[in-house]
Amino acid sequence: MAKVRLVQGNEACAMGALKAGASFYAGYPITPSTEIAEHMAEMMPACGARFIQMEDEIASAGAIIGASAAGAKAFTATSGPGFSLMQELVGYAAITEIPVVFVDVQRMGPSTGLPTLSSQGDIQQARWGSHGDHSIIAIAPNSVMETYYQTIKAFNLAEKYRTPVIFLLDEEIGHLRERFEVDENEEIEIINREKPTCAPEDYVPFENVAGGVPPMASFGEGYRYHFTGLTHNEKGFYSSALPVVDKFNRRLVDKIEKNVKDIFECEELFVDDCDVLLIAYGSVARSAQEAMNELREAGVKVGLFRPITIWPIDEERIKAACAGKKAVIVPEMNLGQYAREVERIVAGSVPVKKLCRVDSELVIPEEIIDMVKEVLK
Amino acid sequence: MAKKSYDVQVISKLCKACGICVSLCLGKPENVFTQAPDGKAVVVKPENCIGCLNCEMHCPDFCVEVSEKEAE
Amino acid sequence: MKPIYQEYFRNNLPHIWCAGCGNGIVMSAWARAMDELKLDKNNVIGVSGIGCSSRITGYLDLNTLHTAHGRALPFAQGAKMARPDMDVFVFSGDGDCAAIGGNHFIHACRRNMDMTLIVINNNIYGMTGGQFSPLTPFGKKATTAPYGSVDPSFNLCELAIGAGASFVARGDIYHAKQLTDLIVAGYKHKGFSVIEVIASCPISYGRRNKIPNPADMMQYVKDHTVAKAVAEKMTPEQLEDKYITGILHEAQGREYTEEYAKLCERVQGGDK
Repeated sequence: MAKVRLVQGNEACAMGALKAGASFYAGYPITPSTEIAEHMAEMMPACGARFIQMEDEIASAGAIIGASAAGAKAFTATSGPGFSLMQELVGYAAITEIPVVFVDVQRMGPSTGLPTLSSQGDIQQARWGSHGDHSIIAIAPNSVMETYYQTIKAFNLAEKYRTPVIFLLDEEIGHLRERFEVDENEEIEIINREKPTCAPEDYVPFENVAGGVPPMASFGEGYRYHFTGLTHNEKGFYSSALPVVDKFNRRLVDKIEKNVKDIFECEELFVDDCDVLLIAYGSVARSAQEAMNELREAGVKVGLFRPITIWPIDEERIKAACAGKKAVIVPEMNLGQYAREVERIVAGSVPVKKLCRVDSELVIPEEIIDMVKEVLK
Repeated sequence: MAKKSYDVQVISKLCKACGICVSLCLGKPENVFTQAPDGKAVVVKPENCIGCLNCEMHCPDFCVEVSEKEAE
Repeated sequence: MKPIYQEYFRNNLPHIWCAGCGNGIVMSAWARAMDELKLDKNNVIGVSGIGCSSRITGYLDLNTLHTAHGRALPFAQGAKMARPDMDVFVFSGDGDCAAIGGNHFIHACRRNMDMTLIVINNNIYGMTGGQFSPLTPFGKKATTAPYGSVDPSFNLCELAIGAGASFVARGDIYHAKQLTDLIVAGYKHKGFSVIEVIASCPISYGRRNKIPNPADMMQYVKDHTVAKAVAEKMTPEQLEDKYITGILHEAQGREYTEEYAKLCERVQGGDK
């Protein structure tokens, strides 16, 4: 039975990770993510899972990828400066298709920035932080409960698609304590990487299979094969052959982008019955929902589209949600990192208004209400 | 005790012509190897091999193989 | 091809290394060590960073991870934590290990996780064409030190000992049999074993420092290495440009994964 507790977002993330089957954590202390490391250090030994504090964030990223190659479900947690350091290895996990979860409890940047007040400044870094073309999955929950469930989903997607998944918490969510009512024995679907069933000599670890995600053997299972950050052929060895490289790079992107319908999750409130659509995610979506409620009570038709999955974007869905609206307002705690995506998707068919805060404070409902009134003038 | 004799082989397609085997050979009275005009190692006097394995252990390209011959 | 090579290498030779490169000699010495140890390949993980020497994992018939520049040790430690029952060999170069991976190196020494690190020291960044590394001797030339390096170099083995590695040895490519013995001893030692191998890069190091011929380079390595027992009878002046080889340090230390397993038992037993 679900016990009602007061739980912090970072703790819910730690609990969700364990529920998802996380068996390895490596991290380096950084506010506002540190509670996740502390919870893992406390909880992991009891269930035989492994915790290690590394010498820096690069080492943490390396350790989780190494652990995952050896069969662990592995993750780390950090914040902007640490996430920046990890970027090369985000790309490594992407190119080697080793499932791992990077939790980024965002703080204001650039650089050390404003420690450690809030920001949603890592939206584009999550997508494009590592060099080269690859796709990525990123998730941004808006509550403590959702943090728990979406953490589980982050692990599931990492395993299912053999990809790094970025779990973006706003500092507000990471440090928020709120009602948490979860039955820890609840049956939740847990996805584990698909294993090869063929004989080791027939195993093609990076095969261009339909769907784009080849089965993955872990170290020690008798399938001796090679991971490399070099562009590789289907057997896993370096290749510079043009058709091999082209096909490989496209598969890395397609295996995620072409499965966007399976991956993408959002919440839609009054989207079909509104004149002005708010698009907001994470903590700002709470302000947006409050603004929407107040405006609707006053008879103003406002709706909310809340992407829970930040990357990849279900562009058709956003296009459909925005179609015919008088305006779309994108409030966020950065200078329009998600708004630019919305602008790109609607391509001028609907006015897109940015409502940006980069002073470390949350966008508040009043600001959104004011802007809605402004656009309806 | 009869003198041991060895079979010395060079896998030419793996040889990169570094000359290390030639330089380290302890063959008596003279070198087991020579370098062909292209620099690749060639076995010319296998009967001189003393079985020290210097060539095999120091070949960076795994192309020199020394094996003891069965007593006749 | 020799049966031991067929047994421990993947069937993808020739390798990418230049004529006379010491990396192949180390790979050969490692195969002999494997043959002596008779390890189950399915149970062995090979990890490397980036650089010429780190390409070695592509040729070894193991569970292999060719990682990012300088990061082999973090990956290796993660893998070892996930599978403490598996054997781990890490291959690195002087730039990979001592420069970009330097911080990971000292911390890996400190943790003393059971694995064997083989650092192939050819005194240069070979893959990028011959820039000086933290292990390039003072005064030697490199593309980024055209007039001779003014950078002091690390003594990697002393660094490892100072940082807490419980087994530290130095071998070289001339004394190939000894190198195999050191790899075997390093593997058998429980804890973090560091084996620095004095190797050669005739192309990027040798040519600039008047030893362009691989055979001469081999002689150079022979002339600049001194066994520990011999070195003890030599003066500091005589040892100035020499590398001391052999097992330089061996101690019993707490092994990390064992300590972590004990901690888990303690917690699970209710004793916190």
